[in-house]
Amino acid sequence: METIRIGRIEDFGERDRKVIAHGDVEIGVFRVDGEFYAWHNDCAHRGGPVCQGRLYGRVEEPVAEDGTVGALRYKPGSLNIVCPWHGYEYDIRTGVNQGHPALRLRKAEVQVTNGEVYVVL
Amino acid sequence: MDAKISIPRELPVQEIDVYTDTRDLLAHSRREARRKGFEDWLICDIDAHHVETVSWHEIIEYIEDPVVRDQALMYQKERIGAPPYGLNGDLGLRYQDVGGRIPHQSDRREKVTETDVHRDVTLTRRAMEGFACDYMVVFPTPMLFLGMHPQPEMEVWLGRAYNRWLIDKVLSADDRIKTLAYIPFNTPKEAERTVEEFSDAKGVIGFCVTSTRYKPVHHNDYMRLYAMLQERNMPLAFHAGYHWQDPSLMTVNRFLGMHALGFAWCNIVHMTNWVLNGIPERFPNLKSIWVESGLAWVPFLMQRLDDQFLMRPSEAPQLKRLPSDYMREHCWYTSQPMETTNMKALEVTLEMINAETQLLWASDWPHFDFDVPSVIFDLPFLSEQARRNIMGLNAARIFDLKR
Ligand code: FES
Repeated sequence: METIRIGRIEDFGERDRKVIAHGDVEIGVFRVDGEFYAWHNDCAHRGGPVCQGRLYGRVEEPVAEDGTVGALRYKPGSLNIVCPWHGYEYDIRTGVNQGHPALRLRKAEVQVTNGEVYVVL
Repeated sequence: MDAKISIPRELPVQEIDVYTDTRDLLAHSRREARRKGFEDWLICDIDAHHVETVSWHEIIEYIEDPVVRDQALMYQKERIGAPPYGLNGDLGLRYQDVGGRIPHQSDRREKVTETDVHRDVTLTRRAMEGFACDYMVVFPTPMLFLGMHPQPEMEVWLGRAYNRWLIDKVLSADDRIKTLAYIPFNTPKEAERTVEEFSDAKGVIGFCVTSTRYKPVHHNDYMRLYAMLQERNMPLAFHAGYHWQDPSLMTVNRFLGMHALGFAWCNIVHMTNWVLNGIPERFPNLKSIWVESGLAWVPFLMQRLDDQFLMRPSEAPQLKRLPSDYMREHCWYTSQPMETTNMKALEVTLEMINAETQLLWASDWPHFDFDVPSVIFDLPFLSEQARRNIMGLNAARIFDLKR
């Protein structure tokens, strides 16, 4: 086990990230709604730099009772990290892929102690 | 907390955007290349792109017709916000980047400080470094629509200007960058002239028909062109594209669906005409390459044509064998965008096209569905020799590239 110091809590604004490399390992640490999440920077598709992608809400298309559809919208409270190589989208909190839930990001353990954020490998 | 606490290094790019250097964007591909020892492999990328419209003001200087050239120069000089002179196409219907989710498809505004070569040479070199490839074949991007131009002569003027500009500014600068020169296919005589003039030009290793066009590839008007290509041992690529205004695609409201169908559809039509009219029988040594349609369409078409041909051989009397035999032995395929969600299906597909000799790896960089070389390297059901062939040796053989 190895502990890596990422930074102080106050270094992270809401939805900020730090993507770090340690040896061969790259990890992205994100702050969302005050919580920290850390994922390996390797997309489940083809190993792309997923943690260096952009954040978007999950798009949904509400269906009315009569089966019709109208406007698209972002699902309230949702947030996806989008791999910049080909656009695979993962829930930033769970690491689960939007289109194919069997695909997941590899989690890294985050610890927050005395105002410091660490990742344990 | 453990006693030993390590301090990592922050990656230079935290969030990738349109300004990100290609080498940073493809750093993971480069890392894989190192891990897998690609330095010992010949890697040829048979389909990558540059955005020629960034250099449109330079390209129009190469238009041969002096009147049209002047018109183009004035247009470029005096209009702000207008699309590039003379180009047809899809204007704002370019949703490839999925609303900014895939920035390298939106734009490439990375810094280029090198001044000794054209910007596109530098960008191509950076991509080659990312893929660890030895050769990269570049194609234009918006010009892929030129086959639908209402003025066939504009395809001739712009295609020729582009070829000359590309040779001068890009291909001359680096032996590793190649092209399949643009053929103005809608004007057969000019297509022949293109082959005559550019066959020996630096970096030209074959010719390309952009596939989105309504022309029968089996028309008698093209037989001289095919004979010329066969005689020169120059492959002919059919580079797929989409055409959303195609009546059959106008009911498809999602870019995803239109793009998925369009890129396969144009080549399905041309291949059907190519084979059923016996072009491979008439020109047995002419190498046709089917570019950027992926691979899943090939087994579908092989089965479909074989099945129907056996019931109606009198309608395709030139064929001495099954359509799929011609598709397997006389045709080559670029791999991208390789469909990989069903590995069993992919394995059968590669077997059906005899991938060991007929398949050529292609990245299609910088498009949203680009493939890294590892898509071939990682295939568990191929021998090492087959993977080496697909990643580079097949291309070296058919294009006569130095190894
Ligand atoms: S590698 Fe991430 S989407 Fe392809």
